[in-house]
Amino acid sequence: MTLFGRRVPMMASLLLWVVVWEIIGRFDLLLLFPPFTHVLAAMVEVVTSPSFASAMATTLYAYVVGLVLALVVGVSLGFLMGLLRTADGLLNMWVNIFLAAPLSALVPVIMILFGLGTPTVIATVFMFAVWIIALDTRAGVLHVSPSLIEMSRAFGASRTQRLKIIFLAALPEILAGVRLGVIRGVKGVVIGQLLVAIIGIGALFALYRQNFLMAHFWALILILFAFALTLADLIGRLEKRLEYYAGARN
Amino acid sequence: MTAAVENQPRPVPGGTSGTAAAPPIIEVRGISKIYGGEVVALQDVDLAFEEGRLISLLGPSGCGKTTLLKIVAGLLAPTAGTVHVKGRAVTGPGPERAFVFQDFALLPWATVLRNAAFGLEMQGVASGRREEIARHYVAEVGLSGFEDKYPHELSGGMRQRVGLARALAVNADVLLMDEPFSAVDEQTRRKFQEDLLRLRESERKTFLFVTHSIEEAVYLSDRIVLLSPRPGRVSRIIDPDVPRDGDPDEIRRHPVYLDTVEEIWHGIRKYVE
Repeated sequence: MTLFGRRVPMMASLLLWVVVWEIIGRFDLLLLFPPFTHVLAAMVEVVTSPSFASAMATTLYAYVVGLVLALVVGVSLGFLMGLLRTADGLLNMWVNIFLAAPLSALVPVIMILFGLGTPTVIATVFMFAVWIIALDTRAGVLHVSPSLIEMSRAFGASRTQRLKIIFLAALPEILAGVRLGVIRGVKGVVIGQLLVAIIGIGALFALYRQNFLMAHFWALILILFAFALTLADLIGRLEKRLEYYAGARN
Repeated sequence: MTAAVENQPRPVPGGTSGTAAAPPIIEVRGISKIYGGEVVALQDVDLAFEEGRLISLLGPSGCGKTTLLKIVAGLLAPTAGTVHVKGRAVTGPGPERAFVFQDFALLPWATVLRNAAFGLEMQGVASGRREEIARHYVAEVGLSGFEDKYPHELSGGMRQRVGLARALAVNADVLLMDEPFSAVDEQTRRKFQEDLLRLRESERKTFLFVTHSIEEAVYLSDRIVLLSPRPGRVSRIIDPDVPRDGDPDEIRRHPVYLDTVEEIWHGIRKYVE
């Protein structure tokens, strides 16, 4: 896990918790908590099993499709809200409601609409990720300095060129939204598959739970955590680079 | 001495500044601007600006000087009246006018060279050609060696030089400058003013310059249009007859310079108190 290897302080505190986990696990008090070393051993088993590869493929597919849809719709929606007052008046309340709402409760409804399969999971990822992307894009567009837009008009920029400039000027905020959307999307894919429970990671979770393979269960959770954190970290790094360039915004 | 024309709706061409009267390149006729149906920013402004001159719009804050400049730029639509530039009515921004912004308005993600070439890029000039032109003007404003820097790596004064290079690069006839030096420190501002005088000589363009600094207006301008606030109107037109061929520091000690500054201050102070 390169993520944990890179940050020394974070790793130090993690190590402490791993030791605590190991000790509690050794007491054999709860079936729920196998020792950490067993989890690590199970992790090797999980990763090398063929069902894991196919589950990962199904999951990644649903995640990527849902996230790309959320990106396209979220950024467009945010642009619309940032540029047009009427669109903002119509949509802002709803976007905020969906952002705050417990979306897991909506998954059964999505399931009725899309059936027990990948489309439901895609829709769940979309619903989890899209609103924060839309809101952050809106904030970014509203924050673009009016003089930058005046400048592009004064020097004869066409409509498309102006939109491109607004997009680039709003990019730091858009990326902040994307980073949060990426994390929420992981939540979405896991919750969607857990509730559908017959495909992807969700099916694996159901399998391990039903067979009391707790070490495998935890191993899978750790893998998902690492996946979400790594993705968020990657986007965070991209963001830092951009903020560096956008540092001159006044 | 100075030629001051009290409450004259139209300026007297030429004044006593010695240069021959050129045909007006910008004509402002009956311009009014009312914001939100009640705030009268400008009321019935008539002005004509001659080619090749540097004209300042001077006045206390709230006199509508920036509004007038943006109407000439085509960035704002007037409530009433028309603006003609080179005989054509202004309906929006145009290639014969270039704008220099108070807050520089540079693209933070683009290098100095790309920022300076922005207007040319929008006009569809091929990249090799526009880089060549931009490089020339970046050097002209004294930023050689900084072509590949980003705006956040530059000081405020240097950023405004990029803004100036961008405006010069499109080779417009009229340069519209909205308080270009107000966001830079005093030393930089003085250096900048001297450079602007030099650039005027080499570029032969018409400059329309908004400022709230009396000294700056007198130091730089062939003509000063004094605006009075609420509602914005032309209160006076002054042609400061300051000799500009000598040492820049001489100008600031010249009796005509000092007298004109004093005179304008006496005219303006009633709006400030």
